[in-house]
Order: sequence, then C-alpha cells, then structure tokens
Amino acid sequence: MATADAANLKIVTKNFGVADSHKLSVYQQRGGGQAFRKALTMAPAALVDEVKKSNLRGRGGAGFPTGMKWSFIPKEAKTVYLVVNADESEPGTCKDRELLAYDPHMLIEGMLIASYALGCKHAYIYIRGEMMREARIVEDAIDEAYAAGLLGRDHAGQGGAGMFKLDITLHRGAGAYICGEETGLLNSLEGKRGWPRLKPPFPAVKGLFNAPTVVNNVETLMNLPEIVMRGGEWFAGIGMGKSGGTRILCVSGHVARPGVYELPMGISTRALIYDVCGGIPNGRTLKGVIPGGSSMPPLDASELDVPIEFDALMTDSRIKDVEIKPGVPFDLGGGRKLKTMAGSGGVVVFDDSTDIVAFCARIMEFYAHESCGQCTPCREGSGWLARVCRRVARGEGEAGDIDLMANVANGIGGNTICALGDAAAWPMLGFLTKFRADFERKLAQSPKARKAAAVPTPDGGVGASV
Amino acid sequence: MSPEFSAQSKQRIERVLSRYPNKQAALLPVLHIAQDEFGHLPDPVIELVAKTVDVSPAHVFGVVTFYTMFHRSRHGVNELMVCTNISCMLKGGYEILHHIEKKLGIKAGQTTPDGAFTIVEEECLAACANAPMMICGRDYFLDLTPQKVDTILEDLRRRWREQQKQSPVGGGGGTSTLHGVGPGPGVKA
Repeated sequence: MATADAANLKIVTKNFGVADSHKLSVYQQRGGGQAFRKALTMAPAALVDEVKKSNLRGRGGAGFPTGMKWSFIPKEAKTVYLVVNADESEPGTCKDRELLAYDPHMLIEGMLIASYALGCKHAYIYIRGEMMREARIVEDAIDEAYAAGLLGRDHAGQGGAGMFKLDITLHRGAGAYICGEETGLLNSLEGKRGWPRLKPPFPAVKGLFNAPTVVNNVETLMNLPEIVMRGGEWFAGIGMGKSGGTRILCVSGHVARPGVYELPMGISTRALIYDVCGGIPNGRTLKGVIPGGSSMPPLDASELDVPIEFDALMTDSRIKDVEIKPGVPFDLGGGRKLKTMAGSGGVVVFDDSTDIVAFCARIMEFYAHESCGQCTPCREGSGWLARVCRRVARGEGEAGDIDLMANVANGIGGNTICALGDAAAWPMLGFLTKFRADFERKLAQSPKARKAAAVPTPDGGVGASV
Repeated sequence: MSPEFSAQSKQRIERVLSRYPNKQAALLPVLHIAQDEFGHLPDPVIELVAKTVDVSPAHVFGVVTFYTMFHRSRHGVNELMVCTNISCMLKGGYEILHHIEKKLGIKAGQTTPDGAFTIVEEECLAACANAPMMICGRDYFLDLTPQKVDTILEDLRRRWREQQKQSPVGGGGGTSTLHGVGPGPGVKA
C-alpha cells in the first residue's frame, strides 16, 4: 500500500479535472462503459461474490460491507429496488456533491452494474434538495444515458440472467438531514415525512414500496466499475485490513490546503494534515480533529497516528475511550467501548484558537434542528444538549452542567429508532472526554456557576434547570 | 379562485407521475413544481397538490412543514443560503452571515421589502473545503470574504432589476450556466 503507485491511485476521482468530464462522450473516451459490458458477461451471483471479495464498505458513514448488504436480498424477490443515497449533508462532508458534478456517468455505470447483480429494474437517485446544480447535471447525464441506449433498453445478460433493462429516476429531497438515514430516505421517496423506520424489517427485506431494497452511497457505487475491471481481490489488496479500495477524505477547517482528496485507505490523520494538506496555517498549532463528519467523537492532538480506516478508528488502543464520567467509558453494548469512527470521510481540523465549547454547541444545535421529532430521547435530548452547551459557551453555565450534558447524552445513545440520536450524543461525550478543561474553564467564567460552587447544593448541583 | 397548474407544469407532473408505482411517491417532486410555479405553498396550493397526487391536504401539510425547502410564505427572488455549520464557522461563516444581514438590513429568515433577497442561515451545504460559502439558486459562491460578498450582492441586485424590467412578476432563483464545469472548486485531484 505504501508504494508510490498506490499513493497516487485514483479510482472514483480519476476523471476529475478533465474537461467536460460530466459528458458521456468524455466518459467513454476514457474507458467508461467497459465495466458494464464485462459485468453482462458474468452471472449476477458471481458479481455479488466479486463485490464481497473486494471488501468494499459503505462510504456513507457506517462502513457496512457492500457485498454482504447485497446478499441479504431474498433470492426469490420479483421486484428489487436500488436507491442511491446522494443526500450528502453530514457536516464536514463534501465528496458526493463533487462526484455527482464531475462524473455522473461513473455513478450511472455503477448503478447499472449493481442493478444487474441485484435484479433491479428501476433505480432511484435521492439527491439532496439544495444541490440544484448537481441535480441538473445528473438529470442531463441520465437523459444522455437513455439516448445512448444504456438505460431503458434491453441488454443480454449471461449466467441465466436473461434480458436486463434499467430505468433511473432522479428524486430531489427538500431539506432534511434525516433523509440521509436510509429508512428516512425511503419514507421521503414514498412521499412522506422523512421519519426513519423501525428495524427489522431491514430495507433488504422490506424497503421501498415494501419491496426488497438496497440503499448505497454515491461513492460506494462509483467504485464498482473498477472492481469489475480489475477484480475483487485487487481492490481488497490495495486497501487495508477488511476495508478495500481507496478513500475520499474531505478536509476542511484550519489546514493550509483544504480539499477533497482520494487517498490510500488507512492514511494517518497526521500524514493527511501535515503531508497532504500542508499543516496548520497562521503559525497556530492543532487542537483537535473530527475524523468523519460531525457525528463522530473528535481526536485530540495526541491521537493523530491512527489510520483513518473503519476498524482502526473503532478499536485502536491509541485512541482514548469516550467517557460518560471521568474514568467511566461509554458502553456500546457487548463490552465494546466508543472511540471514534471513520464515518463519511469529513475531516474537520481545528486549531488552538478555536472556542471548543462554542464549536461543540454549534454541532449540538445542528442535531437539535435536524432531529425528526419521532423519538423522545432524541427530540428532547438534542435540544437540551444544544441549550446547555450554548449557555456554557456564553459564560452563563451553571454548576453541574458538564455532568448534566453527559447525563443527557448517555440517555439518548442507543435509545432511539435511528442513529441520529447517537450522532448527537457521541460528539457531546467525545468533546467532554477530550476537551474537558475547555468546558471547565468556561464554567469558571460563569457568575452563576461560581456562585453555586461557593454554596454546594445537597445533590452536588446536578440537574440544573434549562 | 382556486389555483391551477400551468400547461407546462402539468406536463412536468405527467412525466413525474410516470416514474413511480403510486401517485403519493410523486409528492415531493410535485411540491417542487408547485413552488416553482406559485413561489410558495399557501393552503389553496396545498389542496391542489393533494388532489394531484391523491392524498389528503393534511398529509401534504405535514410533509411541507417537515422539509425546510418548502415555504408557506413568499421568499425573495434571490434566496441566499448561507452556511454557518462547523467548517464554515471555523473559517468565518458567521462574519459572512452578519455582513450580509447588515448590507441588506434584514436578519436571517427575513426577506427584503422589495422581494429581491431572503437570507437563510443554512446547515452544511457540502462545500466544506471551500468555506465559508453560500448558495443562491444553482450558483455556489465559495471561499467568501466580505469584499466578495459585496460584489455578489451588487451583481445579484443588478440581475434582479433587469429581470424586473422584463417580467415584473418575478421568477425563480439565480440563473446559471450549468455546463461550464471546469476543474473544480476544492478539488485537488
């Protein structure tokens, strides 16, 4: 992996910077379309196996093995849907928008391959509502693909697959972070509020319009042409551990060269920041990093040498356990402790000038705003976290606010239908664990907290009102 | 008088309905079409949409109020969606927002009296590597500075005045040449 070739290997961004890369003719001139033709010579089941072998993992945030997700589709299913999650809205993440704008035909080819493997006849792209420019580009690309006979026309498949024909429809969202959650997305696509569904049943069994459904991220699907061309083993080989392929990292915040970079899987945070992105500008020093979108617990400056890879960030002993109280780790169940995760690839770097409490409060306000309101722990809890964290940030915190925030966050995590509740709780606990001194310093500035500290209450001041 | 869709909108709706196995699934696309045509979604338009996709007005109301892009009241021709989420915040997103508020004399969530601008404080708009940023219609304005914002506002206002002269009723958001996609914003391939 450390060879020069591997360091420069581009899969999903290989056409970036090429003039008119969003046009079918340019895509085809650069070799696009061969993978779908090759896929048609394979049996669908063999394709699923190839994707399993590739160790491709979902690039939307969860890192679930794509081949395994596909294999959950019941064999006897008559109608199967493929839905592309292009509702990118995890703060700090800006890759899918670029991928859609620069290479929509690679996505369409990935969708053709996936649909052939899954037996899907009609696939939907759920694109974020605010992305009006990208929606137009993708719509035009779909029209081109229809005109070229790639979509809406029969293709002869092998291995008993018979004739294969795919339709693709672009569906625009309308402004709701929760629709990036796959079952919230499916409800939205069905013309409802984007409320996540109880699981099970999982979408692979009962998804869009009650039919078995696979929901995949844009970047995930765009890896498929290369997997088909070069084989699953090759793709697994260029990755790290159980994570195949390359990884797009979106670096923002206090770095000299922010950007969207396709890099070898498993590059360390330190190499990313100092080698790829030119380090911290303005003579400042690094305070911390969010490794994969705002729902992930941050890393502090002592935790930068761990590879940015799905399993490493969850298990590496060099990363501290996130705590509910000092010394008491947050329990993910089954004895697993929360460290952090690779998430969506949104790396947000912040230097020592950052007001950590205000930064954390802004994250909490985001989740409070985006909570869909369905589950009480998330609806109420995210609002409490936002209000308490903001008052601490303003210097109006009350004694016991740190414990109060940890308590509320602990009450949300694991107690909701979908992961948005966790997405609010985890960074809160992460910031409290890694940057507790910043919170304590803010509280020390608050007249209310100082007054209460002088006269201790029987319960230690915990449970202050908001 | 109850509103009706134009012939052009009806054509778009026909096409949309043909893409889904049931009518209700077309609700979001039809709401987008309705908002394009009527500017916002007051009760009579909600009733029209409900009839079009065969669901109750109450259901449509629930959906409209769930999503931030559907408006119950009229917004400005130029909707400035200014991101203040973390990546933009670290790079001065709030300073940009407050500069725009001062320039236009309104707060986020408000519309200028002439209907030219609405300011929306937005959550992350997926252009974090080019923070601070904002969107107006299909146009992205990246790596903003107060000076850049001044030029953009002047430009948008001039375009709006010209549009007013041609059709005083007003239209959608900003215009854009979509196919001029050069090597990219924030892309260091």
